[in-house]
Amino acid sequence: MKSKTAAAPYLVWMVVFILVPMVLVVFFAFTDQSGAFTLKNIAGVGQYSNVFLRSIWLGAAATAISLLLGYPLAYIIAHSGVRRQNAMILLVMLPMWMNFLLRTYAWMTLLEDNGIINTLLAGSGLPKLHMINTQGAVVLGMLYNYMPYMILPIYSVLTKIDVSVVEAAQDLGADRRAVFSKVILPMSTPGVISGVTMVFVPAVSTFIISKMLGGGGNLLIGDLIDMQFLGSAYNPNLGSAISLVLMVLILICMGIMNQFDEGEESQGGMLL
Amino acid sequence: MKKRFAAFFAALVFLASALPSASAASGAPAAKSGETINVYNWGEYISNGVDGSLDVNKEFTKRTGIQVNYTTFESNENLYAKLVSGGANYDVIIPSDYMISKLTAEGMLEKLDFRNIPNFRYIDKQFQNPVYDPKNEYSVPYTWGVVGIFYNKKYVKEKVDSWKILWDEKYAGKILMFDNPRDAFGIAQKILGYSYNSTDPAQWEEAAMLLKRQKPLVQAYVMDQIFDKMSSGDAWLAPYYAGDAATLVEDNPDIGFAIPEKEGTNFFVDAVCIPKGSRHKAAAEAYINFLCDPEIAAANVDYIGYSTPESAAKKLLPKEVVDNPIFYPDQKILNRSEIFTNLPDDTNRLLDTLWAEVKMGGPGQTATLVAVLAVFLLVYLGILLYKRRKRKQELP
Amino acid sequence: MTKTISKIYAGLIYLFLYAPIFVLIIFSFNDSSTMSRSVWSGFSMRWYRQLFQDRLIMEALENTLVIAVVSSVIATALGTAAAIGINGMKQWKRRLVMNMTNFPMVNPEIVTGVSLMLLFVFFARAMGGISLGMGSLILAHITFSLPYVILSILPKLRQMDPHLYEAAQDLGCPPVSSFFRVVLPEIIPGVVTGMIMAFTLSIDDFVISYFTSGTTQTLPIYIYSMTRKRISPEINALSTLLFGVILVLLAVVNIRQSRDQKKELEREGA
Repeated sequence: MKSKTAAAPYLVWMVVFILVPMVLVVFFAFTDQSGAFTLKNIAGVGQYSNVFLRSIWLGAAATAISLLLGYPLAYIIAHSGVRRQNAMILLVMLPMWMNFLLRTYAWMTLLEDNGIINTLLAGSGLPKLHMINTQGAVVLGMLYNYMPYMILPIYSVLTKIDVSVVEAAQDLGADRRAVFSKVILPMSTPGVISGVTMVFVPAVSTFIISKMLGGGGNLLIGDLIDMQFLGSAYNPNLGSAISLVLMVLILICMGIMNQFDEGEESQGGMLL
Repeated sequence: MKKRFAAFFAALVFLASALPSASAASGAPAAKSGETINVYNWGEYISNGVDGSLDVNKEFTKRTGIQVNYTTFESNENLYAKLVSGGANYDVIIPSDYMISKLTAEGMLEKLDFRNIPNFRYIDKQFQNPVYDPKNEYSVPYTWGVVGIFYNKKYVKEKVDSWKILWDEKYAGKILMFDNPRDAFGIAQKILGYSYNSTDPAQWEEAAMLLKRQKPLVQAYVMDQIFDKMSSGDAWLAPYYAGDAATLVEDNPDIGFAIPEKEGTNFFVDAVCIPKGSRHKAAAEAYINFLCDPEIAAANVDYIGYSTPESAAKKLLPKEVVDNPIFYPDQKILNRSEIFTNLPDDTNRLLDTLWAEVKMGGPGQTATLVAVLAVFLLVYLGILLYKRRKRKQELP
Repeated sequence: MTKTISKIYAGLIYLFLYAPIFVLIIFSFNDSSTMSRSVWSGFSMRWYRQLFQDRLIMEALENTLVIAVVSSVIATALGTAAAIGINGMKQWKRRLVMNMTNFPMVNPEIVTGVSLMLLFVFFARAMGGISLGMGSLILAHITFSLPYVILSILPKLRQMDPHLYEAAQDLGCPPVSSFFRVVLPEIIPGVVTGMIMAFTLSIDDFVISYFTSGTTQTLPIYIYSMTRKRISPEINALSTLLFGVILVLLAVVNIRQSRDQKKELEREGA
C-alpha cells in the first residue's frame, strides 16, 4: 500500500506538537530569566553528576533485571496455546491500569520493616530483611512498574518467528540450546531493543518511586528536574538544561543499542 | 476481533452520553443560573459531604446559584508553577502564607473588595493584617496550625521539648523528616536560633550543614507517608502539622505530640486569595464570604482537622477539640512562633541548591559528567568503526 | 519437567506483578476511620459507600475516562493513517520520521509536559486567553500515544502481502473500500493493540496531564493532590472496582472466544 498523503495529517501534528516543544526546551536550556543567551545552565548541570551516575546505574540495573526475568516469561507465553496467550498478555498489562501512585504505596506496605513481607518472615521464624528506603527498593519499584513494557515487545517478536526456520535448524542437527542461542535469540533482537528502550528511559527519568521507596535521600534525575519546575525557585531554564543533557545521553545509548539491530528490521524497533 | 471493536464502540457511546455532564464539570457555563468559578485548593482540604459531613461546594451553589469547578493541588510550588506559566484561569486559590507574599510581590493577586466579604468581621483580630499581607488587602485566612514533633511514647521515654531530639543518635534510623525544603530548613534554623526568613547565605549554609549531619540518622524524608510509618511503629519521631494529630493518635494511641517551646516553632496560615485576571471576581468574593460563615468554617475545620481563625466558628466545635492545646495552643506559644514569608529570588535559588545537596549527598563535578558522556560517545563510535571494518573484510 | 518449571516460573512472575494489587484490594476493605494503610482494623464496606458519595472523585473519574477514550480513538485513527503513509516512504524519509516519532517516548515526561504546556499557553493567549482544560489534555494525550500506536501497526503492515491491495483494486474495488475490506482486517491486531496501549497510557498519566490540564481535574492528579494530608482508601475502592470490571470483561471475552472456537470445530466436523 503506497499512499503517501495518508501520513500528511500526522506529519503536521508531529511538527506542531513534537518539534515545536522540543525547540522550546532547547531555547529555555540556553537562555536565562530575561531571555538572553547563556551557557550557565548547561554548565550548572555538571554539579549534579553523581545524580546522573546514580540514575543511570539504577536504571541500567532495573533494565537488566527486567530483561532477565521478562524474556523467559515472554517465551513461555509465546509458546502457550493461542487462547491462553491473549489472556496471559492482558494479565501482564492489567496492573498498569491501577493508579501508579497507589501501586507504589502498596509496595511500601509490603516492604516496610513491619510490613507484610517482614511479618510473614518473622512468623515463619526467618530473619527480617531491611528493604524499604534502600536503592534496592527503588530498583524493585522501577522493575515492577516497567517490566510489562519489556515483556510485550519480546513476546510480539517471538510469536512472529517463522516455525519453519526453527524446524530447519532442528533438521540440521541443532539441539535445543543451539536452536535458542543461534536462531531464536538473534531473531528476537528487535523486540529486546524495543523493550530495553521502553524500560530504560522511564526508569532513568522517574521521580515518584525514589521518593516513596528510596526514602527521599536517593535523588534521581527525575526528582532533580521536578525540583526545578516545582521547587522553591521556579527555574525552567536549569530544568530544561538538565533534560537536554539527559536526552543526549539517552540518544547515545539508543544509538549504541541500535547497532546491535542488524538488517532491515531496524525501523526504530518493533513494538508489538 | 470484530467483537472487541463492538465492545469499544459501545463503551464510546456510553461515555459520550456522559459527556455533557463532564463539560459542565470542566467549567462550561451552567445552563441554570449564574456563573462558574474555578477553585484551586489543597487536596482533602474542604468538607465534601462524605460520611455525613456538609458538602460545602454544593451548599454554596444551593445558596447562590454559582457553580463551583473544584480542583486540587498538593504543594504551594505546584500552585505557583501552574499560575506563573499561565493557561489556567482560577478564580479562588488557597495558598500558604509565604506563597501569598511571593504572589503579592510578583503582582499575581487581585486586591479584594471587602464590601463583598462582610463575614470578614468574624476573623479574629490576631489573624487580621498578618505578616505576609500587612495591609490585609489580598487574603482572608482559612485555616492555621503549628508544627510540632510526633513521638512514640513506647520508645521515646524522655521529655520532648527541643528540635535537637531529631538529631539524637539514640534514635538513628527511626527519625522522619519533612520532604519539603522550607519546613526542613526551618527546623535546623530554629535550632541555630535563626529566623525562617533570613536572607543571609551563611546562615542558610549553616542550616544545610546541620541537615547533612542529620541525614544518616533519617529513615526517610516524607510527607503523608508519616501516617503509616508512625502508626505501624516503623518510625518513632517525626515533625509534622498539629492538625494531623487526631488522625495519628487514633491510629496508634502510643503517639504523643509536643511543641518545642524553647526554640519556638512554625505557625502557618493557609488563606484564600483571588489570582490576577480572574473573570468572576464578584462571584469569587461571594465564595470567600461564604467560607467565612462560622457554620461553614466550623464544618470545614471539623473535616480537615486544622484550626480555625474564627472564634465564632470555634463555638460550634466540640469542646474537647477547642480545649486541646495541640489544636489551639496557648497564646504564649504562638507569640514565640514565626510565620514563613517570601524569600528573595536568589535566596530561593540558594535554598533549592542546598536542598538538592542535602538530598543527594554532596555536589558532583562537571568533569565527571563530561567524562561519562565521553565514554558513551566513544563506545558508540567504537562500535560503528568496528562494524565498518568487519564489513570491509567481508567484501571479496 | 520443563512444563512444570515454566508453570512455576510464570506463576512466580505473576505473583510479583499482582502482590501489590492484592494488598491494594485488601486495604480497600479496611475498617479504619483514619484511612490507615498499614494497620488492619477489620472488614468494612465504608470506603465503597463513601466513594459513591464523593462528587469530586466521580467528576475526576469521568474526565479521565472521557479523555482516555477520545484520545485513544483519535490517536488510533491518526496513527493508522500515519503508519500506512510511512510504510510507503523512501528509506531516508522513513528514518527521519521514525526518529521524530520516537521523541516523545525518549523524552522524560516532565519535559514533554512542560514544553506542551508552554505551547498551549502561547496558543491560548493568542486566542484570547481561554483556559487550558479538556481540549489541551486530549491533545497532549494523543501526542504521547501516537508513537506507540504507529509502532504497533507498522510491523503488521510490513508483514502483509503488498499485492493484496492492488489485487482488490484490480477486481474493481474502489481504493477506500479496498482499504477497509482488505488492508484493515490484516492489520487489525496491531490497531487494537495500539488502541489498548493508548488507552492504558492515558488513564494513568500524571506528569503530562498535570501541566496541561488547566482547570480540569483527572483522577491521577486528584490522587496525587491528596499526598499532603492522606490518600483516602476510597481510591483503593475505586481501583478495586476498576480492576474487577476489567477482569470480568476479560473473562467474558475469553469465554465467548472459546465458545466461538468450539462452534467452528463443530461446524468443520459436521
